[in-house]
Amino acid sequence: MRITLTVNGEQRQADDVWEGESLLHVLRERMGLPGSKNACEQGECGSCTIYLDGTTCCACLVAAGQAHGRDVVTVEGLSARGPATEGAGTARPVAGPVTGPVTGPVTGPPDAGEALHPVQQAFLDAGAVQCGFCTPGLLVATHDLLTRDPDPDDAEIREALSGNLCRCTGYEKILDAVRLAAGRMG
Amino acid sequence: MEFLRPDGLPDVLEARAAHPGALPLMGGTDVMVALNFDRRRPDALLDLTRAPELTAWDHVDGMVRLGAGVTYSRVIDELATELPGLAIASRTVGSPQIRNRGTVGGNLGAASPAGDSHPALLAGFAEVELASRDGVRRVPVDEFFTGVKQHAGRGDELVTAVWIRPATGPQQFSKIGTRNAMVIAVTSFGLALHPDREQVGTGLGSAAPTPRRARDAEEFLGAELDWSARRDIRDSVAAEFARLVATAASPIDDVRGTAAYRRHALAVMARRCLSWAWAEHQGRRH
Ligand SMILES: Cc1cc2nc3c(=O)[nH]c(=O)nc-3n(C[C@H](O)[C@H](O)[C@H](O)COP(=O)(O)OP(=O)(O)OC[C@H]3O[C@@H](n4cnc5c(N)ncnc54)[C@H](O)[C@@H]3O)c2cc1C
Ligand code: FES
Ligand code: FES
Repeated sequence: MRITLTVNGEQRQADDVWEGESLLHVLRERMGLPGSKNACEQGECGSCTIYLDGTTCCACLVAAGQAHGRDVVTVEGLSARGPATEGAGTARPVAGPVTGPVTGPVTGPPDAGEALHPVQQAFLDAGAVQCGFCTPGLLVATHDLLTRDPDPDDAEIREALSGNLCRCTGYEKILDAVRLAAGRMG
Repeated sequence: MEFLRPDGLPDVLEARAAHPGALPLMGGTDVMVALNFDRRRPDALLDLTRAPELTAWDHVDGMVRLGAGVTYSRVIDELATELPGLAIASRTVGSPQIRNRGTVGGNLGAASPAGDSHPALLAGFAEVELASRDGVRRVPVDEFFTGVKQHAGRGDELVTAVWIRPATGPQQFSKIGTRNAMVIAVTSFGLALHPDREQVGTGLGSAAPTPRRARDAEEFLGAELDWSARRDIRDSVAAEFARLVATAASPIDDVRGTAAYRRHALAVMARRCLSWAWAEHQGRRH
């Protein structure tokens, strides 16, 4: 079947979608948006968290056909969508310590694709990213939390992120990142 | 496989009648797991999310008519005062992402003995509205569950709503699990005090092949409580209530817990829910 939907503000279409296919599969495999991760396919890990009509959910549990005509925002759409704070517009390029041969410029004026949302920048700055598999889902969940509640306490942060699993960080740095983002955005 | 996405309830019910093999799909938090893991391959999926009639709730005849497609998040945000038991239970479901998609109608459709909305619906004496192309009927929720993951809806029917009286007294829900989020209940208990009728409602989850009420416990406690003077509950009364709740269960041993543990836990939860609810009832006097 064919489905048409808005993804990150753009009208998108996918053909030959299998009727039992998840929205996550369509985003990753048919629309070139691999930001949302596929880890469990059963709603347990939250690494596929997206916005569907403004509400967060697990893309692995949405049938592609249910998203027809709807509005989807993925982690790739966060920076464009976020508040135009200084952090977002003038973010440094995503360059950590450079190791190995440098094949191109690693610093320099950021292009649009490199502009980060303050939540993304906070995750980098706080060291909340290790393997990074859980990160996109946590970014969307954090973005949602801070949109609803700009100054959450720790219990509220834990509750808001309770659907997102991380196997690397032990969560402390993630909590730091959320507090940092809240402070910068508030 | 076919994907049916009719707009509006009349077309949904037409499609239901015309495609008996189609699997209804609301929030997808049960259905999509089954599809992703190849546990189900229905001939067709019947998407219910394009029927706005299902996602609305309203006051009708002094009751709340809760559309089958109302999510847990909305129950928590919009109905915590009128349906406190269901709202408390909804807060324990899955995670924010699951609560944003998962629905009470989907919980009833799945009819799992562990479904978290069921104890609250049982304790609240709710009725399940079933509709087909040919008509609408209402079934008391304690007659709705007919077996493990089986319910009273016919193949041409859908759950369209749940009818519940707004709370007239305190309601509680308690659930045993290994962590706060994302757990299927080892066992669970719902309690509703109905002071207007001097009745007690209970619901047991993961305690029998179907969710069920503890009727003897309800009758015993309803007669013992001092509804108007609101005097403290004697220990012997609380203990007997807890015992009757535990005996109403017919639990099994499984990976989540033993039958003996479940019975014990039910008695503990019954007593705790009663003490919380009665304290609230006493507090309201002032
Ligand atoms: C990670 C995770 C955690 C979960 N945690 C919990 C939990 O803590 N507690 C809990 O109770 N459940 C939990 N669940 C299970 C699930 O979220 C609930 O059962 C939820 O209520 C299902 O609602 P839904 O709208 O998503 O249903 P769907 O998946 O769309 O449907 C569920 C079933 O009901 C049928 N159905 C749907 N709507 C109707 C209707 N209107 N009429 C007739 N049949 C219908 C479907 O055909 C299907 O058989 C969890 C699931 C996941 C993936
Ligand atoms: S991949 Fe969707 S929740 Fe894990
Ligand atoms: S950083 Fe590896 S899973 Fe979270």
